Amino acid sequence: MSMALLLAISPEAIWSWIVEPLQLGFMIRALWVSSFVGVVCAVLSCYITLKGWSLMGDAVSHAVVPGVVVAYALGLPFSLGAFVFGFGATVAIGYVKAQTRLKEDAGIGVIFTGFFAFGLVLATKIPSNIDLFHILFGNVLGISQQDIIQTLIAGGLTLAIILFRRKDLLLFCFDPTHAKAIGLNTQLMYYTLLSVLALTIVTALQTAGIVLVVAMLVTPGSTAYLLSDRFDRMLLISVAVSVLSCLSGTYLSYHLDASTGGCIVVMMTLFFTVAMLFAPKYGIVTQKFLGGQGKRDARFPQA
Amino acid sequence: MTVITTPSDTYGIAVDNISVTYSNARLALYNANCYVEPGTITGLVGPNGGGKSTLFKSIMGFLSPSQGHVHIDGVSVERAQKQQLMAYVPQADEVDWNFPISVFDVVMMGRYGYMNMFRIPSRKDRRLVMESLERVGMSEFRNRQIGELSGGQKKRAFLARALAQAGKVILLDEPFTGVDVKTEKSIITLLMQLRDEGHTILVSTHDLSSISTFCDRVILLNQTILAAGTTEETFTEENLSMTFGGLPISSLSGKTNQSPDAHLANQPGHSFIQSEKANAQGIDV
Repeated sequence: MSMALLLAISPEAIWSWIVEPLQLGFMIRALWVSSFVGVVCAVLSCYITLKGWSLMGDAVSHAVVPGVVVAYALGLPFSLGAFVFGFGATVAIGYVKAQTRLKEDAGIGVIFTGFFAFGLVLATKIPSNIDLFHILFGNVLGISQQDIIQTLIAGGLTLAIILFRRKDLLLFCFDPTHAKAIGLNTQLMYYTLLSVLALTIVTALQTAGIVLVVAMLVTPGSTAYLLSDRFDRMLLISVAVSVLSCLSGTYLSYHLDASTGGCIVVMMTLFFTVAMLFAPKYGIVTQKFLGGQGKRDARFPQA
Repeated sequence: MTVITTPSDTYGIAVDNISVTYSNARLALYNANCYVEPGTITGLVGPNGGGKSTLFKSIMGFLSPSQGHVHIDGVSVERAQKQQLMAYVPQADEVDWNFPISVFDVVMMGRYGYMNMFRIPSRKDRRLVMESLERVGMSEFRNRQIGELSGGQKKRAFLARALAQAGKVILLDEPFTGVDVKTEKSIITLLMQLRDEGHTILVSTHDLSSISTFCDRVILLNQTILAAGTTEETFTEENLSMTFGGLPISSLSGKTNQSPDAHLANQPGHSFIQSEKANAQGIDV
């Protein structure tokens, strides 16, 4: 069917390409769940990109594995275990950074791989019906009602926290020094951002899986960053790109019979590449051929 | 701006015997004692790597000294910050100029401490932001992304944020780096106005040429405070050569009996040189 589509792209073919999957309950579910996850990740990704915490996102996502296994073994919601271990890893990373002479990236590398390895050991030793493959790469097509509820709670909580603290979080990303100078609690902001990071990863766990979730946390924000000079607009673009990628990726995965998380991230990467090359102001091609004037480089400010 | 105040609510900065050791065991500052007089412009002068930024960060509470403490005329730094007494104008290279934020929004951040937890600006906040922008001559650039400004405009934008915050104590870290002469003059004029309105201003700089034109007092710093006092008495050639003239750190560390200050102490022009302190307390690194 996908081959036929490639051979003859007619309006009818496109129509049926879009409509046909909608006959299936699991597809509808996958489409709206992944879009919801796309929104949550896109919002946070603006902060993560600007703060330079991509690696931290990668770390937290890997560190949740033992939490998921333990939660299943104890009969608790997977999201609870994932959050506890994800957040715990960030605390451990902060501790290593503060107490040793290691640089932060080394601390992150040591801690998250340690957590991840521990999770692998647990997953292969504790008898359970967890499919490790699904944890690693996501399984939004087969998502259960229960998992949807957990995704909604974690995602809703994330959006609510960011909405209420968005100004402070932005200030924290931009200028934590000033935040401290005006007597705000930067420690609290730090842990708030870390907790919503962990919550977002919990949200995206079922859709993208821990290996690809970092893409959902970094790529939409990075794409939007190349397209806008204002945070509000960056946020909108990020959400739009992310939802579009989630929808088109889920469709692609249905028609190609390929990994859903994989398809979503491939779409995101495509959007990013287009923005990187052709963004009106900061695109590589644009700057080269049209003499784009907005070089994103503070070392060469415009007069 | 509604910052015209009587001299009675000016604040001085008391630095009480602080030492700072970084985690790589480098001693950045030791036994630093000084008092920044209220209602003055005080220049903090010393070579690069001499501890100016470290002293600034200690005063602002960004790092906690391994010994000693700082207070704002008896009020702890933390409380002073909560009361919006202290404004900080960062060095240009501490700012991410690519951040997607406008000049107006940066200046508005100076008002956050006055807002409720959702940081919704009131009409007063907007008015003060506009007035601050006006005062530094940046109104027309308020919608620019901060990276689209020239070096001098960038400085003025952050100065406007300090004005919007209406802090009584303003610290400026290397405000004249990458700034043309005209902007430097206009910044200096503004600083003098602020002083006359009762602000206490501490300016760190390694640029010596303009100090005597606007600083009432000077603090000379190289690993510790070598001299402090009025510009006239303290900003002397001997003191400067002592500060910049490559005193080996080893001779300052208290390991030898000969204090670096001891042989300078009988030279004229030192209002107070803290030789006893530097000598008395051995530093373990």
